[in-house]
Amino acid sequence: MRAFDFAAPRDIADALGLAGDTSAYVAGGTTLVDLMKLDVLAPEQLIDINRLPLHGIRLGPDGLRIGALERMEDIARHDAVAACYPLISQALLSSASPQLRNMASIGGNLLQRTRCGYFRDVATPCNKRAPGSGCPAQSGDNRGHAILGTSASCAATHASDVAVALVALDASVRLRGAAGNANARADGERTVPLADFYLRPGDTPHVENVLRPGELITEVIVPPLEWARRSVYVKVRDRQSYEFALASAAVAVDLRGGAVHDARVAVGGVGTVPWRLPAVEAALRAGQSHEAAAALAAEGARPLAGNAFKGTLVQRVILRALTELAGPR
Amino acid sequence: MDLSSQRQAVDGQVEVAFKVNGTAERLRVDPRTTLLDALRERLQLTGTKKGCDRGQCGACTVHVDGRRVLSCLTLVAMVEGREVTTIEGLAEDDQLHPVQRAFIECDGFQCGFCTPGQIMSAVAVLREGHATTDAQIREAMSGNICRCGAYPAIVEAVKQARS
Ligand SMILES: Cc1cc2nc3c(=O)[nH]c(=O)nc-3n(C[C@H](O)[C@H](O)[C@H](O)COP(=O)(O)OP(=O)(O)OC[C@H]3O[C@@H](n4cnc5c(N)ncnc54)[C@H](O)[C@@H]3O)c2cc1C
Ligand code: SF4
Ligand code: FES
Ligand code: FES
Repeated sequence: MRAFDFAAPRDIADALGLAGDTSAYVAGGTTLVDLMKLDVLAPEQLIDINRLPLHGIRLGPDGLRIGALERMEDIARHDAVAACYPLISQALLSSASPQLRNMASIGGNLLQRTRCGYFRDVATPCNKRAPGSGCPAQSGDNRGHAILGTSASCAATHASDVAVALVALDASVRLRGAAGNANARADGERTVPLADFYLRPGDTPHVENVLRPGELITEVIVPPLEWARRSVYVKVRDRQSYEFALASAAVAVDLRGGAVHDARVAVGGVGTVPWRLPAVEAALRAGQSHEAAAALAAEGARPLAGNAFKGTLVQRVILRALTELAGPR
Repeated sequence: MDLSSQRQAVDGQVEVAFKVNGTAERLRVDPRTTLLDALRERLQLTGTKKGCDRGQCGACTVHVDGRRVLSCLTLVAMVEGREVTTIEGLAEDDQLHPVQRAFIECDGFQCGFCTPGQIMSAVAVLREGHATTDAQIREAMSGNICRCGAYPAIVEAVKQARS
């Protein structure tokens, strides 16, 4: 690990003032410390944000608001979250391990880095880690990689489970940067829908989101959706627990008279970003069978040699979620 | 501005004050030091094990302010002002903690390398109170890998300690 300076500011303005191009915020450290040990990340300054006032889980008429420092385990176990947004709760509880969930914050979760083995190994090329060096996954070990949203430059999955649930729910992130940024209010604040926050790899896989250097995620905002009470997160993986998804689905349905009237569907483990499926939602709204709707999930997929199975798997994961929520149809 | 409760000296070291098993400790450390390395190498508390050093095995599980966490991914500078409990802090005098006794009685280990982490997790599982069925106990204990495959006896030990 490279040497770094350490600071633990108490208020947001101080944190923003300290941050720069070579600094990194640390919350739970479960992504950052791991990647620093591997020399994949080497910030010159670490800013411990755990003393900042970014806490609170509040359910109100404008939806659910979660402070960026709230821990995965606490959000998952929160009564209102579990009752009103079961898919969030389930996505979190199927993530990592209890120890990691006690440490990891929601803000850090959304910014976790891919688990692509080449990205994590500084002895190999990787466009995401070292732009322009190549992508060994295209012809190498790509069983765990994405089939949707990929490019010739990168096929790494976005590994967060809860981001999939949040994208299905049209959630946004509130960001705070130093005052005076373009597109932000005078106090440096802006709100970005999560769907626009993440960027597909294209030719620049090292640019993963629209966060600017030094910008903080302060809050996650989930709009109200009454029928999100009827929702699930289904995750299929190589072992039963403590593992990332091969394919997962966050699904909510508005069930009327036993039939799906409206639905939200997003999938994980298969996309370079958390992947919403508007075509599947539209088919369900149009009254098509679950199977016909799920069959649209892998449209436009670009599988690599080792991961073509994910195209079938992701359809079945959606189908299982729909069956759990609405019975077979 | 009050940048930090910690003082970073010119030599790049940070000073950290925290409690370990009830005892106040004050260390000057390189900020790269993990809690795991501080416990093992500075405080000679070698009960906490280093398995993967990457958050993937649970051998390094300790409690910080009563919550189970992984000490290999925790920088010691980040536990300033907090209370850490390790496997050495469970027994009271020569009375083993009920979970420790249950692991012995149920043979909840073979080589024993994962055991301190398993026990720290099991103590937390009982306190958290979410695990009743065998399946729930297995899920709640899934952050602790056992290379020897002592899992069935570990589940038995958790159940015995609970009763
Ligand atoms: C073994 C293992 C298994 C895992 N399994 C899963 C899984 O199954 N599913 C899953 O979803 N995740 C999984 N994870 C990932 C885990 O959920 C993330 O590492 C964690 O959520 C990151 O949160 P953190 O608070 O620890 O972030 P940190 O490591 O502290 O930070 C991560 C990144 O975010 C930045 N950051 C943090 N907070 C903010 C903020 N508020 N504003 C701006 N920048 C910020 C940091 O600078 C850093 O770049 C696993 C991790 C490990 C180690
Ligand atoms: S898939 Fe992306 S992260 Fe993996 S090696 Fe290729 S460029 Fe790097
Ligand atoms: S040593 Fe910490 S999880 Fe393996
Ligand atoms: S007893 Fe040997 S690793 Fe668990």
